[in-house]
Amino acid sequence: MENDALELDFEVDGNDYQRAGEASSRVKTTLKEVGMPAELIKRVAIAMYEGEINMVIHADSGVAKVFIKPDGVEVVLKDVGKGIPDVEKAMQEGFSTASDDAIELGFGAGMGLPNMKKHSDEMVIDTEVGVGTTVTMKFFTKE
Amino acid sequence: MTVEDIRRMVDAELVCGEDLGAKEAGTIYATDLMSSVLAQEQEISVLVTGLGNAQVIRTAEMLDMVCVVIVRGVCPCDELIEAAKDSGIVVLATKKSMFDTCGILYEEGKGRGVSNGK
Repeated sequence: MENDALELDFEVDGNDYQRAGEASSRVKTTLKEVGMPAELIKRVAIAMYEGEINMVIHADSGVAKVFIKPDGVEVVLKDVGKGIPDVEKAMQEGFSTASDDAIELGFGAGMGLPNMKKHSDEMVIDTEVGVGTTVTMKFFTKE
Repeated sequence: MTVEDIRRMVDAELVCGEDLGAKEAGTIYATDLMSSVLAQEQEISVLVTGLGNAQVIRTAEMLDMVCVVIVRGVCPCDELIEAAKDSGIVVLATKKSMFDTCGILYEEGKGRGVSNGK
């Protein structure tokens, strides 16, 4: 999807809980400006926001890349951090390794990754323990 | 039912969004768990919560909500207020408990086009 796409790049601070979500907010605004369908904008915004929160909760730092094309949006969230030891377990709703800080913010209930999968059309997780995780999500406009 | 109606019903202080009181409130959802809100498939226009951090507004923003009601006398942080102003979301703060706030909104909202979410 990268070819001929409008690309947006963001750095995500792995420790700044208050600013988490700013990238998703800006992507949502851009998608509105370029005239993407409201249904797609909402799905991208929710899934990317959950991903951004995950990076702040679990990673040291990360980057978010967003590719916008007429037929859809691709979001790539790449972090440097501890990685996911058991992806299958992490995908189970309710399983969480989040800190008390995350729970105090209203997250950390083990719903992030399942929510991201639910709102995207395709999701791939590439992770290595002790190195980091890359989550790639694709969203297609509905016919 | 409008946002201003809600403010009066739960005796809330208007924290920000002074010019947005006429906005319509449809479905109201109450929780302190933001991921639960983000998992909802239905349209939600008002969030009732006991959290006062900026992520409350980010969550509301992603779902195109019009208003957040902060309960239990929790003080909204500066970052929350700043984010709400940027995204055009009304913030109300009440000293009432989550239970009382929901009870009032449920009773008053019945028959006025308001549902309480799932």
